[in-house]
Amino acid sequence: MSMRSPLARVRGLGSAKGGTHHWWVQRLTSIALVPLVLWFAASVAPLAGASHAEVVAWLASPVPAVLTIFLVVVVFHHLKLGLEVVIEDYVPVVWQRTTLIICVTFGCILFGAAGAFAVLQVALGG
Amino acid sequence: MALVDRPLSPHLQVYRFIFTMMLSGLHRITGVGLAVGAALLVYWLIAIAAGPEAYSTAQALFGSWLGRLVLFGVTLALFYHLCTGVRHLLWDTGWGYDVKTANATGVVAVVVAVGLTLITWIVAYAMRGGS
Repeated sequence: MSMRSPLARVRGLGSAKGGTHHWWVQRLTSIALVPLVLWFAASVAPLAGASHAEVVAWLASPVPAVLTIFLVVVVFHHLKLGLEVVIEDYVPVVWQRTTLIICVTFGCILFGAAGAFAVLQVALGG
Repeated sequence: MALVDRPLSPHLQVYRFIFTMMLSGLHRITGVGLAVGAALLVYWLIAIAAGPEAYSTAQALFGSWLGRLVLFGVTLALFYHLCTGVRHLLWDTGWGYDVKTANATGVVAVVVAVGLTLITWIVAYAMRGGS
């Protein structure tokens, strides 16, 4: 049993040396995603069945372009944090857990970068 | 490091199944499932960037019955995860932990999620002009 106060333990940042950082960033990304997802759904639902030119015109305009890049980046950051927790909960073997977390992290960065780049290509491609 | 045989908390089958427990499990399941939705979002964006041909392939995939079914599932999972996520954010402020409120916000989250899903799909179908 530790004789340290909870505050002192938090200041020591616990065994992972990360403190509440993971938890906090998960909250930050979720707060950002609430308006972003609602905006995206409201924007994309009317684009069902739209032609390529219509969708490009929408995605290439400044506000949709910036918000969609923001959406993609925050979605994959949030996804990475969430999948990480699920893996930590259900994969007890350390090397398997670590391998999976590495794959999820790289996968999220790759997909996030690809999505953001696609938007930039459309927005700046002219 | 040897695995120590520590006592574990009783697992799912030990507890009586209750509403808030199902919502909590679904929050996690939809969260994991939305990885598919996120990948589809990137595919859609890449298809737009790649040009009209790739875009029409994507449209055909998303427009097929299987594509629509998957997209509907993604929409429902997305709004469900969003609504129960807001519930989590409210809990983080220290509010809504008593059983009555937790049950009530659970019902609200499900109703709002289904409502937003239906609105999104009604708008999508209205815009397609029956095509």
